Amino acid sequence: MTGGKATKHIVETIAKVIFLICAAVAIVAVLSITVYMFAKGTPALAKVGVIDLLFGTVWQPTAATPSYGILYIILTSIAGTAVAILIGVPIGILTAVFITEVSNKKLAAIVQPAVELLAAIPSVIYGLLGLMVLNPLMYRLEKRVFAGSTTHQFTGGSNLLSAIIVLAIMILPTVINISVSSIRAVPGHLKSASLALGATHIQTIFKVMIPAARSGIMTGVVLGIGRALGEAMAINLVAGGSVNLPLPFNSVRFLTTQIVSEMSYAEGLHREVLFTVGLVLFIFIMIINLVLAQARRKEPLKNDRK
Amino acid sequence: MKNKLVKMMALLTATTMVAAGVMGCGSDSSDANADANTDTTASDTTANADTTDGSDLSGTVTLAGSTSMEKLANAMNEAFMEKYPNVSATAEFTGSSAGIESLEAGSVDIGDASRALSDDEKSQGVVENIVAIDGIAVITDTANTVTDIKSEDLAKVYTGEITNWKDLGGPDEQIVVIGREAGSGTRDAFEELMDVKDSCKYAQELDSTGAVLAKVAATPGAVGYVSLDVLDDTVNGLKINSVEPTEDNILAGDYVLQRPFVMATKGEISEQSKQVQAYFDFINSADGQNVIKSVGLIIPNSK
Repeated sequence: MTGGKATKHIVETIAKVIFLICAAVAIVAVLSITVYMFAKGTPALAKVGVIDLLFGTVWQPTAATPSYGILYIILTSIAGTAVAILIGVPIGILTAVFITEVSNKKLAAIVQPAVELLAAIPSVIYGLLGLMVLNPLMYRLEKRVFAGSTTHQFTGGSNLLSAIIVLAIMILPTVINISVSSIRAVPGHLKSASLALGATHIQTIFKVMIPAARSGIMTGVVLGIGRALGEAMAINLVAGGSVNLPLPFNSVRFLTTQIVSEMSYAEGLHREVLFTVGLVLFIFIMIINLVLAQARRKEPLKNDRK
Repeated sequence: MKNKLVKMMALLTATTMVAAGVMGCGSDSSDANADANTDTTASDTTANADTTDGSDLSGTVTLAGSTSMEKLANAMNEAFMEKYPNVSATAEFTGSSAGIESLEAGSVDIGDASRALSDDEKSQGVVENIVAIDGIAVITDTANTVTDIKSEDLAKVYTGEITNWKDLGGPDEQIVVIGREAGSGTRDAFEELMDVKDSCKYAQELDSTGAVLAKVAATPGAVGYVSLDVLDDTVNGLKINSVEPTEDNILAGDYVLQRPFVMATKGEISEQSKQVQAYFDFINSADGQNVIKSVGLIIPNSK
């Protein structure tokens, strides 16, 4: 054991270096992706013109006089994500309440693993199910809604609504899991105090538990937005893929599916514009993450106050 | 904490901007390559004696032209260079007319055109060598009773003027117009042949042949187009102007949704360099014909 101290020192140093390298991998990855996206995405902005690209509504990249307007695509991503959140979040939160507060232990022991399994299902499976089950159903609905219409273009059920439903289901596990843990983290004395004051169980849940768990639930919502915005595979199969205004029964294209479906044969400026589409998506995701960071930072303050 | 974050963000933006600047400058060098290639071809022409052994032949074969022929040209070049490792075959995809122009100007050996050559081009001494034929089948779901469609009606279906099968003698069923994404060779060919370029109103734009097949098979009232070689029993292949989409009808020239893939040369093939002759020999060999089939094209009648 001679020189034990020196050996110890060396081991310590090596361990520190290894940790540093590991940490650096993530930072280097984020930095290089950022640099790459801006480098590849900005030239087309200059060539096409910011206004024409971001606010143009005609997407005809291979026409004789090509047009690269991606406004409808951006709007589709925003509208699709927003509505999916509006549908998915209430269901998610109520499920979380059910698991933590309402159901008996046996039932919760079934529901919670089911939710976790939902998170593990690959997105392409959601897409396939949407394609085989949801789209035919949607087509029937579409035929009924637009019966006799001469102006509506029939899409065969591949439309914004199908995509929204798939997205809403896909964000459920994210919202549920995070909400469950944040509701469980609400201090027991709050619940006891509320019940002791004569509030019913349901009143306690909605007036005390959920407000107290709010920042955690918000985190789940924001992560859900991130997932919905970034999903490509599943909605590529169900959304139809024509560039249209995001109306429920229109065939639409999202930022993600735009890249997925056209990258393989795109050339020249068309290809560059697809990178710009990627950049727009990247910026959206960045904004979502900044919002998330903001939401998390507020958390300790609120706990202090009570 | 906040300060650090701000600093990080500033750093990030700064690096990004610098990188963007650097990347912006580093493109466009392909033109220079094309010029360099021409010189070598000229000087290499005499370099080789008569021999069919691939390893002896060296030099270059340059192609330019149709973007629709990208798949074929790349696959052919790859297979060709496997047999003739010392010959470099390179292709650029500038468009059919641009390819023929480059050929006329003598800057490439072979001009690719995905259409028949015009008389004007032929009068310039450009020889039309049809190496393959691209055929497209128009498909519907099997329940559809419409089996025959006039080409002008088909064009109207795709531009959105006809929206119900009953207008075409079929059931009262809405037409779901399915096509491929922008940039697809099949879409390019279909729109060009139907003369509906950029005026198509698609209900769905899918990104693979398989997806179009599956979607058309599963959607009542759907119509789509795929390359002829993938046509199967899950869908109906529509007759166009009463002509069945078959290889025979395409070879006979009766089926309209077809176009020739031309590898044009300046003067007959026999007047070309050894490398270019070897290239055409390769296309006509069993290996070359396999390449043509593997990219879903039809082999033209013996020539």
